[in-house]
Amino acid sequence: MEKIILKDIPDLDKIDVYIANGGYTGLKKALTGMTPDQVIDEVKKSGLKGRGGACFSTGMKWSFMPKGNEKPKILCCNGDESEPGSFKDREIFEKNPQQFIEGSLIAAYAMGIGAIYVYIRGEYWKWINIMEEAVAEAYKKGMIGKNIMGTDFSCEMYVHMGAGAYICGEETSLMNSLEGKRGYPRFKPPFPAVNGVWGNPTTINNIETLANVPEIINKGGEWFSKIGDPRQPGTLLFGVSGDVNKPGVYELPTGIPLIELINDHCGGVIGGKEIKMVIPGGSSMPPLNREEALTVRMDNESLKEIGSYIGTAGVIVMAEGTDVVNVIRRVTKFYYHESCGQCTPCREGCGWMLKVLNRIMDGKGRMSDLDLLISIAENIEGNTICALGDAAAWPVKWAVRKFRKDFEAKITDKTIELPVLNKVHGLMKSPDEYDTITLQSEQEVVKELMGNVQELTQSEDVKRFSS
Amino acid sequence: MSNENYEPVFDENELKTVQYHISKYPKPMAAVMPVLWMIQNKYGWISTDAMKYVGDLLGLPHDHVLGVATFYTMYFKRPMGKHHLQICTNVSCMLRGGYEIYDHVSGKLGIKNKEVTDDRMFSIEEVECLGSCGTAPMLQVSNREYYENLTIESVDKLLEDLRNK
Ligand SMILES: Cc1cc2nc3c(=O)[nH]c(=O)nc-3n(C[C@H](O)[C@H](O)[C@H](O)COP(=O)(O)O)c2cc1C
Ligand code: SF4
Ligand code: FES
Repeated sequence: MEKIILKDIPDLDKIDVYIANGGYTGLKKALTGMTPDQVIDEVKKSGLKGRGGACFSTGMKWSFMPKGNEKPKILCCNGDESEPGSFKDREIFEKNPQQFIEGSLIAAYAMGIGAIYVYIRGEYWKWINIMEEAVAEAYKKGMIGKNIMGTDFSCEMYVHMGAGAYICGEETSLMNSLEGKRGYPRFKPPFPAVNGVWGNPTTINNIETLANVPEIINKGGEWFSKIGDPRQPGTLLFGVSGDVNKPGVYELPTGIPLIELINDHCGGVIGGKEIKMVIPGGSSMPPLNREEALTVRMDNESLKEIGSYIGTAGVIVMAEGTDVVNVIRRVTKFYYHESCGQCTPCREGCGWMLKVLNRIMDGKGRMSDLDLLISIAENIEGNTICALGDAAAWPVKWAVRKFRKDFEAKITDKTIELPVLNKVHGLMKSPDEYDTITLQSEQEVVKELMGNVQELTQSEDVKRFSS
Repeated sequence: MSNENYEPVFDENELKTVQYHISKYPKPMAAVMPVLWMIQNKYGWISTDAMKYVGDLLGLPHDHVLGVATFYTMYFKRPMGKHHLQICTNVSCMLRGGYEIYDHVSGKLGIKNKEVTDDRMFSIEEVECLGSCGTAPMLQVSNREYYENLTIESVDKLLEDLRNK
C-alpha cells in the first residue's frame, strides 16, 4: 500500500530531497492554478477528517473562516500530542517535516491566512529543534515569507514551545497558551473561526491532518476519497503500544481490521496471549473488550457503531492477565492531574473517581462503588467547558460496563498480594509462604502483629496514586 | 545553573532574543512563555525574582507571570538536581514496566517524587505520557534528551554515565 506521509524515501526530512521527490508541487499548483475556494472544495471532496481526535471534516472547518480581510487570520498547527498512547505527530516532525509545512501553507492560502503558529509540546525539545530548522530551511528556499514562489501570497510561520500541560492540546486552551496566558479552555461559542487567538479568526488543525493536504492537491480529492473506508478516507498513522511484539507507528488505510493491525503489522500479542482490552484511539476513548477487538475495523464510523471513536489512532493493546482496574485507575489519575480546574464536575469528579478506584484497588471496595463510578462519570459527561471532562468519564464508565466482572472480582474476593502487605506492615512472613492472602486473614495477621486493625490504612501503592 | 537564589539579568544578546520573541506575536504578552524558557535555560529554575524581572521586561503584571509559570509543569519553581529524571508511568509505559523503572531509580537514589539527592546530582519526577509509548518504558532527562526502551540495566548505565558527566 502506498504511503501518503511516512514514505519510504531516505532523508526525506531534508528539504532538497523533499523537493526532488515532488515536494512543494502541491503548493505551486494551488498558488498558480487554483483559487482559494477551489482548494477548499478539493479538500472537501477528499473527505479528509481531522486527525487530532474530533474527526471533523477539514474542508468544512476551513469554509467557516470569514472570506474578507477585516482582521488578520491565523492558523494554529496543533503539535501538542499529549494524549496518552499517541506518538504519531512526532514521527512526522522527524521523517517528513516539509510535507507538513507545505500542507499548512496550502491551508493558509485557502483561508487567506498570513501567520501560522506551530504549537509543539515542550517535552518535544528534540523535535522542536528539528522543526525550527525545517522552517528556517523553507524560509531560505522562499517557500515561507514574502511573495511565495513569486506570487502575491505572503505568509509567516513560527514555532511555539509549550511547557507541559496536556490541556493545551484542546484548541481554545492552545489559543490562550499562545497568547501567553494560563491554558484555560474557553467557552464555545464564539468559535475560533469567528473569535480566536488575539480575537482574530483562527483555524486549528492537527499536524497529521495538514500533512495530508499536499497530496490531496497534487493527486486530487477524488483520489484521496478512494483510499480506505469511504466514510473517513485516507491513511492513519496508527501508533501501537502496550503488549505487542513490534510496537510503533504504522501508516495504513482507514478501515483496516484491528486484529490485522495487531497480528500482521505489530507481530501479534506478546507471548501469543489473548487480548484482554484495547484502547483504540488514545486513553480518552472508550476501551474495547476482546470480542470487539477481534472484529472491529479501525475507522471512526466502525468504532462509533460499538460506542467508541478513532481519536488519535493511538492503539494501546493489553494482553490477558492485565489488571483492568489498575489501568483505569492510572488513566483516571492522569485526568485528575491534567484537569485545569475551571469546571466543578471535571475538577471534583476526577478526584472522586480516583478515590473510589483507589478504594477498590486497596481491597476496600463496595459493590455499590461500581454504580457510583458510572454515576460520577455521567455527571461529568457533557457538563463541562471542554471535552477533557468527557475524556475522563468515558474510560471509567465503559470499563465498568464492559469489564464489570473484573471490578466485581476485586471487590468480592478481597485478595491482596503478600508483597504489598509486606511493604505496608512490614510483616515477617516471607513472600514464598503464600502467593496471596485474603483480607480476612490479613486483618488477623495485622491484629496479631500490631494489635490494632485501625492500622490498616492506605497502602504505599494507593498513596502514590493519591498525590 | 544556580542552586541558590540569583539576580536575574539578561545580557545584550539575550535582550535581543527577547525582542525577537516579542516580534513573533501581535502582543508582547505572548512572549512570556519563550522568555520564561530563556530564564530556565540560563539559571536552571525560575525564581520569584525572575518572574518579576520577566514581568518588567514585557510590561506585564508580576502576578500574571506567576500565574503562567505555575500553570505549566515544565517550569521549575525551585532548583532541581543537575540531572532531573522525568520517568513516565502512564499506561503504555506502565504495561512495559514503567513503575519498576521508577521504583528502581527511586530506591537506588534514595529519593521520592520531586526530591533532590543531597549532592544535588539527581532529582526524579513521575511524569505523564511523553509521546514515546511505542518505545516504552522511557524517561527524559532535564526536559531534553529522551531515553527509550529502558531496562533496569540500561537505566543503571544511564545513571552511571550522568554521574560522570
Ligand atoms: C483535552 C484535549 C486535548 C487535546 N489534545 C490534542 C492534541 O494534543 N493534538 C491535537 O491535534 N488535538 C488535540 N485535541 C483536539 C483539538 O481540540 C482539536 O480538535 C484539533 O486539534 C483540531 O484539529 P483537526 O481538526 O485537524 O483534528 C485535544 C482535545 C481535547 C479536548
Ligand atoms: S472540562 Fe476540565 S479541563 Fe476542561 S475546562 Fe473544565 S475543568 Fe478544565
Ligand atoms: S505512556 Fe509513557 S510515553 Fe506514552
